[in-house]
Amino acid sequence: MVTEPQTEIQSDRSAAAARRRDWFFWSGMSSFGLLYLLLIVSMILADFQFANPADLLEALRDERVRFSIGLSLLTCTISAILSIWIAIPTGYLLSRLDSPGLGGRGGRGATGRRLFGAVRYLVDTLLDIPIVLPPLVIGISLLVLFQTPLGRFLDDAAGSFFSLVGFPGIRGITYEIPAIVLAQVTVGAAFAIRTARDTFDQIDRRPEQVALTLGASQFQVFSRVALPQAWRGGVAAFTLAWARSLGEFGPILIFAGTARMKTEVLSTTVYLNFQFGNLRGAVVASLILVTLAIVVLVLTRLITLGGNRGRRASL
Amino acid sequence: MIELRNLSMGQGTFSLQQVSLRVEAGEYAILMGETGCGKTTLVEAICGIRPIDQGQVLLRESDVTHWPVARRQIGYVPQDGALFPTMRVDQQILFGLQVRNVEQRKCRQRLEELVETLSLEKILSRYPNRLSGGERQRVALARALAFEPGILCLDEPLSALDQKTHRQLTGYLRSIHERESVTILHVTHNLNEAIDLGTVRFRLQEGRIEKMEQES
Repeated sequence: MVTEPQTEIQSDRSAAAARRRDWFFWSGMSSFGLLYLLLIVSMILADFQFANPADLLEALRDERVRFSIGLSLLTCTISAILSIWIAIPTGYLLSRLDSPGLGGRGGRGATGRRLFGAVRYLVDTLLDIPIVLPPLVIGISLLVLFQTPLGRFLDDAAGSFFSLVGFPGIRGITYEIPAIVLAQVTVGAAFAIRTARDTFDQIDRRPEQVALTLGASQFQVFSRVALPQAWRGGVAAFTLAWARSLGEFGPILIFAGTARMKTEVLSTTVYLNFQFGNLRGAVVASLILVTLAIVVLVLTRLITLGGNRGRRASL
Repeated sequence: MIELRNLSMGQGTFSLQQVSLRVEAGEYAILMGETGCGKTTLVEAICGIRPIDQGQVLLRESDVTHWPVARRQIGYVPQDGALFPTMRVDQQILFGLQVRNVEQRKCRQRLEELVETLSLEKILSRYPNRLSGGERQRVALARALAFEPGILCLDEPLSALDQKTHRQLTGYLRSIHERESVTILHVTHNLNEAIDLGTVRFRLQEGRIEKMEQES
């Protein structure tokens, strides 16, 4: 028969063994992430070590660099706004298309439901194409598209439009600033749609179904019930689109070109400096890109965490 | 009046075949059945938020099978209330009136009536995450009743409540049935609840609905 003190010792030992096992588990789990984190921090530190603050200040005094920073900020913001305009309704549609009551009449039959499911799957897959395509292919595809009769018509129409609204310098889309925005939106919107769809997928649909029973239209359900719950996901989608646009290079290179003081954004500044053997200039431009990305990420986190009141859905 | 004629519907491995039911106007009908037998699915089909494969749904003697949800004019209270997470209690209650563009004065009047009937004075400015289970159900009831729907579908509104709150809400439901003159379809698996509240009782078993005898 086991006496009480012995039982206590055994229980202490098993608790210590469990603590050891837990420690190994958490250490093992952390090590993978830590290695990756180390890689990211090391890259940034190496960049900062390579280019000193004086280089940075000198680069900022360069009119060409200031132009590319300004153009990057402008095009990224326009692209992110356009991406979110595309992503929110599309993400909601994809999330709710097969939801009973929402996205269709309650009496839809089994065949109708299967058809809706198939359409959703097909559209979902097509929308992911810009994510998986190599960036250069997107650029070439855009360029080819704008060589077709429809593309040429759009190019001319855009040129006339910009001339009419007081920007005669922008003569169309291809190899002009609108090409940068279009290239950025093509990729950024795909990421934003995915984020928006995931956000709406995580929101409980039942309050929306109840809203319908209360007499709300589909638009009222979307704008008054679903959208207020998705604001945090919306900010995330906007940030992702903005950050993707900032780092976009391949499609811009092909579709907008690298004309100095015309279509040169930060990512192309890095490329041009590197291409002409100015490694320090390339690193400085990279550092500006990194700093902008970090500032946007931190601001987004602060906005989403700062507004984290209890009543909001935790998305 | 609520009527189902030979209703068939399926989802995955679950299906209801040729289900029929008739609840007369002004009745307090109880629909009983074991967990997973399809009670909730049936109520959702009546409300229009669950698609059906075959059969007819009639409300107030009209065939509403192909009507959109909003046109059916049913007050619906799901099991957990399904309150709108970003709206205060008063906003939730007024929602059904505001989407109908009911004038402000009438909205306020109806809000006051419901606040009094369901004792909601102290919680009007709270958000759903600050409400207890019983409070949530009272708010969901007020929200469903606000536009005076005439038909009320309650999906296990008293489950997961403590005994005191359960008793209190039973009282509210009884007074609502008397004061608002609504036809109620109340889903439950609690026999005491069925005896306490129901004027007519049905059992859903193995995909069929049978009227229960009074003494059961």
